[in-house]
Amino acid sequence: MADLSLARVADPEAAAAGRRFLAGRIAIYGILGVFALIYLAPLVVVVLNSFREQPEIARNGLINLPRSFTLEAWSSAWGSYCIGGTCEGMKRNFLNSLAMTIPATIISTLLGALNGYVLSKWRFRGSEALFTLMLLGVFMPGQIALMPWAFVLGKLGLTNSTYGLVLVHVIQGISFTTLFCRNYYVSIPDDLIKAARIDGAGFWRIFRKIVLPLSPPILIVTVIWQFTGIWNEYLFGVVFTSGREQPITAALVALTAGGTTARTYDVMSAAVLIGALPPLLVYFFGGKYFVRGLTQGAIK
Amino acid sequence: MSSLVIRSLRKNYGAHEVLKGVDLEAQEGEFIALVGPSGCGKSTLLSMIAGLETVTSGEIRIGGRLVNSVPPKDRDIAMVFQSYALYPTMTARENITFGMESRGVPKAERDAAVKRVAALLQIEALLGRKPGQLSGGQRQRVAMGRALVRDPKLFLFDEPLSNLDAKLRVEMRTEIKKLHHRVGKTTIYVTHDQVEAMTLASRIAVMHRGELQQFAEPHVTYNRPTNMFVAGFMGSPSMNFIPAQLTRADDRVAVTFPLADGGSAVLPLATDVAAERIGRAVVLGVRPEHLSRYDAEIHARKPGIATLSAPVEVVEPTGAETIAVLRFGALEVVGRFEPDSAPRMGERIRLGVDMTRACLFDPETQRLI
Repeated sequence: MADLSLARVADPEAAAAGRRFLAGRIAIYGILGVFALIYLAPLVVVVLNSFREQPEIARNGLINLPRSFTLEAWSSAWGSYCIGGTCEGMKRNFLNSLAMTIPATIISTLLGALNGYVLSKWRFRGSEALFTLMLLGVFMPGQIALMPWAFVLGKLGLTNSTYGLVLVHVIQGISFTTLFCRNYYVSIPDDLIKAARIDGAGFWRIFRKIVLPLSPPILIVTVIWQFTGIWNEYLFGVVFTSGREQPITAALVALTAGGTTARTYDVMSAAVLIGALPPLLVYFFGGKYFVRGLTQGAIK
Repeated sequence: MSSLVIRSLRKNYGAHEVLKGVDLEAQEGEFIALVGPSGCGKSTLLSMIAGLETVTSGEIRIGGRLVNSVPPKDRDIAMVFQSYALYPTMTARENITFGMESRGVPKAERDAAVKRVAALLQIEALLGRKPGQLSGGQRQRVAMGRALVRDPKLFLFDEPLSNLDAKLRVEMRTEIKKLHHRVGKTTIYVTHDQVEAMTLASRIAVMHRGELQQFAEPHVTYNRPTNMFVAGFMGSPSMNFIPAQLTRADDRVAVTFPLADGGSAVLPLATDVAAERIGRAVVLGVRPEHLSRYDAEIHARKPGIATLSAPVEVVEPTGAETIAVLRFGALEVVGRFEPDSAPRMGERIRLGVDMTRACLFDPETQRLI
């Protein structure tokens, strides 16, 4: 009986606490939902506009529900839209971006892994100082390097070429990839390296057989970071290349700067989406590894 | 023939001296334990033997060959690490064969070697597993397998048992001893555990502050420690050190020291070793097991027993033996007793001190007299 009366006394308080909890949750999710909407709204507008017909956009306004449907804008943006006199759409620039981003990502990631391996497992006199200097690169804004790069690319004869951009992005990316890999490799026990040395393995064999097999978490993080960073980079692209050689980020600007005729919002929307698709896909398929890799620490 | 010779070996890290001239030598098939408190330089010494640390000065010879600047892989050694250092992405089998693979040993030969070692260590069933799927004791076995699979001149063990729980540690200790008997390879074994050193080694090298304190057979190290550090480090509970005065009593050399009741104890020495020091201060070292309840009948048959009485302050029965804390003047002295004759709390016990086993140290140099 005592239990029952106790339960009755406690009941209203518990119910009130439950109500307060529920109200709190609703508020939190409500606010989160609003911010998510604000953040996603531009994407929704652009996606919708890319499937609308231009006259309909002109009639009903840029921000409106679609009343027409066509794939015309996508095919035009991809292959036939005229930018600055050439009518080839975004296709070439898209391929330029791929030809720039893929090699630059692979090379800078491999160099970062190698640097990280040396700086964490084969320390030498001055290696810490060297690492600190490389770290400066992480905090150095890219525009500082614009003039030097212009000079170097000019000397190498790599201006207005995808190879030039690959070189720029490999070098600019090394401090990041080195930082990522070095900090990850520090958590690999030194005893593993010692054991392997006694086992007769050398520098490269230890790297290939012991360090690299432990690396997927950090390599995935590095690849995603480099891929999206290099793909989305604009400044070097627009400064060092022009016309047909431009990566897609630079070409998108040329699209809006055409300026002679009326704005073609449908084509622009589709072009923007084409330009945004690869990083989106990379995040979509690799995102969970990205989060996991960033939070993963020591190897047991 | 000596399979390992170390001559005045030094190691500095900048101005910091880690090893201050160590001399050591292992005969073929010997089991040498390097023992000492953490930071004494024993692990550095092992790393230098392995070639993982550079030599500042001095010589290391393995099988007669000077190896100071020979890389680890060419020193003909195998090593078991404290952390086991198993390659996490490889199976036990791959871990064991990695070294042979690096050296280009043909596959048939590798397979035969794995088979032999797996049988020896009873790990056949574990060969397909990765280190993450093994228990601590199993990892330990695989790590030993990786070392045993080669036929090196020298086995190096770096505190291999310190990551195991107490029970498993004792089991593996016995296992290592058996293994060494069967394989008969020269072994250098680093440990901070003096029991491991005593039970396993054919000779013990006690190190402290980068210097070799004593290098001798276990019973010598235990019974005739060269100085107070070795005496205190080997044995648990450790040796009692009693500051005393050397005097002459009844024509014998004796030590005397004050007792709790205001009187003083006079214990005649078993031999007149230190007659020239009469009148000077000494430190009397007595191991806990050399104190016992005085029994006129038993002790009459044993020479060299001195007696005194002391109050009992704490009694700790462990089952097999009883540890008691006794008061000698200002000092607390630990005794180890048979449970049957153990003192009771608060009792004033009449003790027999086995003076044939007692050690005398110089209080200045801390060396054995």
